[in-house]
Amino acid sequence: MTTTTGPHPTRRLILQGAASVALLGLGNLPFGAISALAAANDKYPDEAFKLKNEADAIKALYGKTVEPSDKVKLDAPEIAENGGVVPISVTTTLDKVTSISFFVAENPFALAASYKIPDGTLPSIANRLKMAKTTNVTAIVEADGKLYSATKEVKVTVGGCGG
Amino acid sequence: MASSIRVRATSNGDITEVQALIQHPMDTGLVKDSKGEVIPAHFIQQLKFECNGKDVFIADWGTAVSKDPYVKFSFKGAKKGDELKISWTDNKGGSDTTTAKIA
Amino acid sequence: MKARIHLLLGSLSAALIAFTLTSPRVIAADKVDPVTDAKAFQNFFFQKFPNVKHEDFVNGPYSMNEDMKRQWQEKEEFPPYEFALDAGKEMFATPFKNGKTYADCFPNGGIGIRQNYPYFDTKEGKVVTLELALNRCREANGEAPYSYVKDEMASLTAYMAYTSRGKPMDIKIPDDPRALAAFENGKRYFYTRRGQMNFSCASCHVQSPGERIRAEILAPALGILNAMPIYRSEWSGMGTTSRRFVTCNSQTRAVPLEPQADEYRDVEYFLSYVANGLPISGPGARP
Repeated sequence: MTTTTGPHPTRRLILQGAASVALLGLGNLPFGAISALAAANDKYPDEAFKLKNEADAIKALYGKTVEPSDKVKLDAPEIAENGGVVPISVTTTLDKVTSISFFVAENPFALAASYKIPDGTLPSIANRLKMAKTTNVTAIVEADGKLYSATKEVKVTVGGCGG
Repeated sequence: MASSIRVRATSNGDITEVQALIQHPMDTGLVKDSKGEVIPAHFIQQLKFECNGKDVFIADWGTAVSKDPYVKFSFKGAKKGDELKISWTDNKGGSDTTTAKIA
Repeated sequence: MKARIHLLLGSLSAALIAFTLTSPRVIAADKVDPVTDAKAFQNFFFQKFPNVKHEDFVNGPYSMNEDMKRQWQEKEEFPPYEFALDAGKEMFATPFKNGKTYADCFPNGGIGIRQNYPYFDTKEGKVVTLELALNRCREANGEAPYSYVKDEMASLTAYMAYTSRGKPMDIKIPDDPRALAAFENGKRYFYTRRGQMNFSCASCHVQSPGERIRAEILAPALGILNAMPIYRSEWSGMGTTSRRFVTCNSQTRAVPLEPQADEYRDVEYFLSYVANGLPISGPGARP
């Protein structure tokens, strides 16, 4: 628990921005968990999570092209009350959904979360994501082998005063 | 110690709604502590939900998932009283597991 | 505008109103009259925000902004203070080394009593807050006191608030000149400008609730303590009433006092008393 009254982690993330991106490589070194997972067929997509650019991350995760669809309903606040905790949810009327992923374009690393949707699980997810600054958020739904997306802008403003 | 995992799983006819909250710092590796030293990345990479011997939901997470992560989803095929098994592993080899009865 | 002026002038205007009514109780303009003050305080907010339900003020900025309210309601589905609440419940039930528990220190075993804190201790002649009472309980049982601002203290008060949710704040001011002085001192602290930015507590939380200061929506002062302790996303963690006062001071670039300094105890007394009748909503979640 980092509950000091000093500068909070979220704001530090934003202030330091791209300058600190290079540091992340350090933190990603331990691979114990990953090698254990690799044995299973539900492998953690380590490479995709390390890519900065959204297009690169989508390519690494799926290796195919995406088309926008109004059947993907993305729900995100217009103005995030705090960039550290932004409620994001997605639901879709598409059939045969096998995965849903969230990308935050302006984050140091675009891929935020990727969910596998086994048969019998509904294509509807809510989660909470961090956003470094005002950004587009994209949800990609994989349905019947094809990719469909919805994008929404979330304004992120972090103040230092009152509340 | 209490489990790091809080789960609510409620059955509504054929559909079970699951909400989970996990106590985890989800450090990005981009933040410095008060001494100016980088706090190494420490985050959950995979979170799994199993019910009746079958995976019903698998989350792959990066550092952009909020501290104390929350997720909500629904699945079919379970009934009240069935057990849901939840487990996570993080990038430092940490893990936790718990089970919850569907209410 | 009229209401604001009325409020800012505090007891002076209260006395003037009383004067026009030719009340026999009016002696001097500086008479301490908590009942009238509380009424004026509440009416100010009720008139300024006619669309906010009275019991909703305890939800702070979320009572003032629809988009934020929606984000909050989503958070509340599985609130971020859940872990603190569970920890507090466990701590509360765990005996000290001497076998006694927190329950032994409080009326009704400490359950459902949050709304009565802070209270004026006529023996000590001072205001006693819940946080202070918890640490005194620990020390009386041979345990080291906790930090006032977070972690264990926030967990314990979160649990005690949770058992009192929905109960109307019920602060008593005994007929004791020292209690009236404490109330008046807290009120003075609340309205006094200080720090590099020359803000009083009231500058933000009375004059401008619902408005943005930089990116954030200011909470109304009315009922602000009913939600304590809070999980603030900005803190990535829990904080107590003490922490709220300290950060409020430092954010306006004033020098914070020590947690549980007399002035903080008095301002908690004042703010809690003027919120009498509004429900306890703690623990809360805030941006």
